[in-house]
Order: sequence, then C-alpha cells, then structure tokens
Amino acid sequence: MPLLTTKGLSRRFGGLRAVDGVDFALMPGEIRAIIGPNGAGKTTFVSLLSGRIRPSSGMIVFDGADITTMPAYKRVRLGVAYTFQITSVFANLTAYDNVALPVQRTLTDGRSKGQVRSGVMAALERTGLADRAGTPAGQLSYGHQRLLEVAMGLALRPRLLILDEPTQGLADSEIDNFVLLVREIAKHATVLLIEHNMPVVMQLADRITVFNSGKILAEGTPEQIRANAEVQDAYLGATHG
Amino acid sequence: MKDASPAKIYALHIGVIALLFALNFVLPDYHQGLFARIMALAVFAMGYNLLFGYVGLLSLGHAMFFSAGLYGAGLAVYQLGWGVPEAFVAGVACGALLALVIGLLALRTSGVAFMIVTMMFAQVFYLLILYFAAWTGGDQGLVIQQPSRIIAIGGASLDLTNPTVRYMSALALFSVVLLITLVLVRSRFGRVLVAIRENEERTKMLGYDTVANKLVAVVASGAICAASGAAYALLFGYIGSSFASVQYSILPLLWVLLGGAATILGPLIGTLFMYYVTDITSGFTSAYLLIVGVALILLVLFFPKGVLGSVRQRWLGWLP
Ligand SMILES: Nc1ncnc2c1ncn2[C@@H]1O[C@H](COP(=O)(O)OP(=O)(O)O)[C@@H](O)[C@H]1O
Ligand SMILES: [Mg+2]
Repeated sequence: MPLLTTKGLSRRFGGLRAVDGVDFALMPGEIRAIIGPNGAGKTTFVSLLSGRIRPSSGMIVFDGADITTMPAYKRVRLGVAYTFQITSVFANLTAYDNVALPVQRTLTDGRSKGQVRSGVMAALERTGLADRAGTPAGQLSYGHQRLLEVAMGLALRPRLLILDEPTQGLADSEIDNFVLLVREIAKHATVLLIEHNMPVVMQLADRITVFNSGKILAEGTPEQIRANAEVQDAYLGATHG
Repeated sequence: MKDASPAKIYALHIGVIALLFALNFVLPDYHQGLFARIMALAVFAMGYNLLFGYVGLLSLGHAMFFSAGLYGAGLAVYQLGWGVPEAFVAGVACGALLALVIGLLALRTSGVAFMIVTMMFAQVFYLLILYFAAWTGGDQGLVIQQPSRIIAIGGASLDLTNPTVRYMSALALFSVVLLITLVLVRSRFGRVLVAIRENEERTKMLGYDTVANKLVAVVASGAICAASGAAYALLFGYIGSSFASVQYSILPLLWVLLGGAATILGPLIGTLFMYYVTDITSGFTSAYLLIVGVALILLVLFFPKGVLGSVRQRWLGWLP
C-alpha cells in the first residue's frame, strides 16, 4: 500500500493552475525525486502535501487517512516533515535551539525517548554541525543553514521527509556528504526530494517524477526518465544541453 | 540563548531577591514605601513582558487584566467581606478567566489588529467599571480600610498596612513571579514561545499548535498581571477606575521597553527607573513630565533594546 497518494490534486493562484489535477503515489521506503523546470509547480505540490497551503480541489491520503483538510502541525505529528526551499531557520536562535524545537516535539508526542540535549546533538552530528551548536543560525554560512534545515527535518523523526532543493547553494564537497546523508535517512524514512542537480537525482532516486506546467509529465526509473524523449525536450535537453 | 550554567543564572536572580530583602532594612521610610509599590507593579510589567517580550504579541489592553485582579480582590474584600488570601486568589482567578476569554477572541488576529482588539476590550472593561459605579465606586474608587487588610494566621496576624509587612509581601509576590517566569522561559514551553515570536509559520511546520501555545501565554500573562493588581489593592488599600484606563495599558509597555523586552529582570529595572525619574524630577519642577519624556528619548536612542537588552547584547550574552 502506498504511504502517500493524491487524487486530482489542484491549486490555483488566480487564473494560474500551479498544480493541476495531480494523481501521485509514493511507496514506503523509496527515495523519490521530483524534477521539472522553474515554475512547474513542484514547491506548490509539496506545500499541499505538508499542509502549508490548502488545495483548491482534490484529495491527499497519508498512511490510509484522508489528510486533505488537516492542519499542517497535525500532519507533522503524523510524520510528514517539510524542509523549506527558501532557508527558513530561526536566524536569531542558536543552531542548538533550532533543532531542540523539533526534538522536544517528538519527546512530547512520545515518538522518541531520552533527553532533548542528546537528541539535538545526534541530529547536529549527522549533519556535521555539532561544533556549531552555539552559533546563532543567522551567522552560519548558507550551506550550513541548508544543512541545519535538514537537521530540523530529521529531528522530527519523519516517516516522510520532503526536501525542497536541499543542495541549492552547497559546495561540491558538501553535496557529496549530503548524498550520503539522504541515503542514511532513507533507511528509516520515505524521502521526497525536489532537486535540480541531475547527478544527485540520478545517484539517489529510486524513481523520478517529472513536473511541467502543474502536471505530471512523466514518471519512472532514472534510466526510463533519461531515455524519455518528451522529458529531454521539456527539461533535460533545455537546461542541461 | 547562549550557553550559561543554570547555577550562574539562578544565583544572579536569587541575589537580586536577596538585595531587595536587605534594602528593606536600610531604606528610609519613604523609599521603603516606594519600593513596595515598584515591586508590586514590576509584577505587572513581568506579566506583560511574558506576552510582549517572549511571544511578540503587543497588547494595548493589559490594564483590564491588572484591574480584573484589582477589582476581583478589592471588591471581594470590600463588598463580600472576604479574607485577604481568598480575595487574592479570587483576583488572580478573575484575571485568568478574563484572559482566557479575551485570548480566544483576540488571537484570531495578529499585529496591529491584535493591538486594536485588546485596546477595545480594555475600553469596554473600563466603561463597565464606570457603569456599575454603585458597586465599584466608579471613578471615585473605594478605600479598603485597615481592619479588612489584616491576615489572621492561627493566633498571630499580619497587618498589610504595616510598612515592613507590606514591603515583604510585595517582595514575596515579586520573587515568586520572577522565579516562575525564569523557569517558564527556560523551559520547553518558553522555547516554543520564542520560536513563535521569531517565525510563527515555521513553528507550525515543526508540529506546534501555535494558537494553543499563544492562548496559554495570554492566560499566564493575564493571571500574573491580575496578581499584581490584586496585591496592589490589598497592599495599598485603594481601587479606582483610573487603573483600568488606557494609561495603565501603556505603562507596562513603557516599563518593559525601558528595562529590556524579553529579559527577566528588565521589567523591574524599567519600573524602578520610571518611578524614580518621575519622583525625582517632580520634586523640583512642575514640568517633570517633560524631563521624563527627554529621559525616555535618550534611553531609546542609546539603549534601543532597553537597559538589560543592551547589556545582554554587548556584554552578558547569557542573560535570560
Ligand atoms: N503564493 C503564490 N501566489 C501566486 N502565485 C504563486 C504562488 N506560489 C507559486 N506561484 C506560482 O505558481 C507557479 C508554480 O510555482 P512553484 O510551485 O514555486 O514552482 P517550482 O517550485 O516548480 O519552481 C509559478 O508560476 C509561481 O509563480
Ligand atoms: Mg520551487
């Protein structure tokens, strides 16, 4: 049974159909990449999944339950975690406090046990930020803020972790570590990854979904997508010549 | 919050309480009375700071919570003949209940709308006090006489009109509220409140019901401000509608801004400063409000984050 499905999921902004009748299914344990040109509706689509914005029509089912109208904070408690495309850490709080917020949430819910401190340090260590625990997040480098965003997602102990362009702005060496980190995360969670960096997508994804103009243009294994002529035209050919 | 040993933090705050305790024995009579008043009102400022400083909600209606405590306790004694402890509890309960109702309604809004809505409710509260003047004493107010302000404990009795008893009672309330807010803002709940202030959308996406958290903060803030009002009525023996006026909604905002929003000791420093500047300047000029105004402007220019906020920023990053 899929972990997550959408039926006819749509979101309009005025006259613009940002997400347009999307039927989508995600199996537990997979790493799924979403690719597509800018403005294709990828961020809007995952925002609908996380509850950050409301759909105009359609339905979202997570783990057998209809969550279409469920407030975002309740979805998080069910295990849907979302990391923002635009870095949205708490700039005035330390890296430690940024991660303590999701950690203490799972402790309150009874989804994890132990101390806040050990949970925070574990998440910071997995993302390589442990030595920066006391630094205000706003003073971290951009790459480290992206990683902090991932650490916060991890600390929520998600069953589904949605990452929106996590490697944007990372150095090549940081990207290699990031690929290892996602593999590590995927041992315990399903990962939905919006990503522009094709080598990262090809290394990580079990399956790829291609968005264009709010619709799913194609879906398949990395090999199938690479071979798909339509995708070549719409996206791969255009941007990666 | 920067890393600091809890021992250091608690030592500082308990040190301040000890200092205030010692002051009782060295202050001249007049200043002993002034300090008792300042400590009781600093509690009002601390309650306001909890919401304004830590959650980032700017209310312009906190006079209603202060006066809910003031009238809740004062009328219980004056009209119902209750004892002091029961009246104090009644005052706090009135404030907490009022805060719950106002919170449920006002938290549908935020920003400027929240300021206006809280101000409107406070105005309604003020007008109700005037309307029921037969019972509340209206703008004349009511004086609670000495016999009603004596607490009987077994055989002994505590007379709240006695300067030392009054000072120590104000200090006791101040200390309890200081330590409660200190524990609160350093707790998990306090971390969530600050997160809401910094970025409410993001906090929701970490699984927090931000509206519920804000409601708890409004009730806690309302209850603390009511405790201040109840103590004020019982310690100083006067209740009047001026305490419910707009001025008493602005004052705690000023005290907190002066002392340092989102600092634990800032409300005390702000209240102390305002009281003494007013007191000293009114002693030698009738234009004292002008001098108070100039002092305020200078402070805001040189300490934009308030006294303690600036101290924390420049020197003591560990201050809670
Ligand atoms: N809040 C919004 N209001 C109006 N238009 C929006 C909003 N969010 C996104 N859009 C529009 O919806 C389309 C899809 O945007 P988005 O989901 O961000 O695309 P992607 O993430 O694939 O680049 C774009 O044309 C964008 O301008
Ligand atoms: Mg996007």
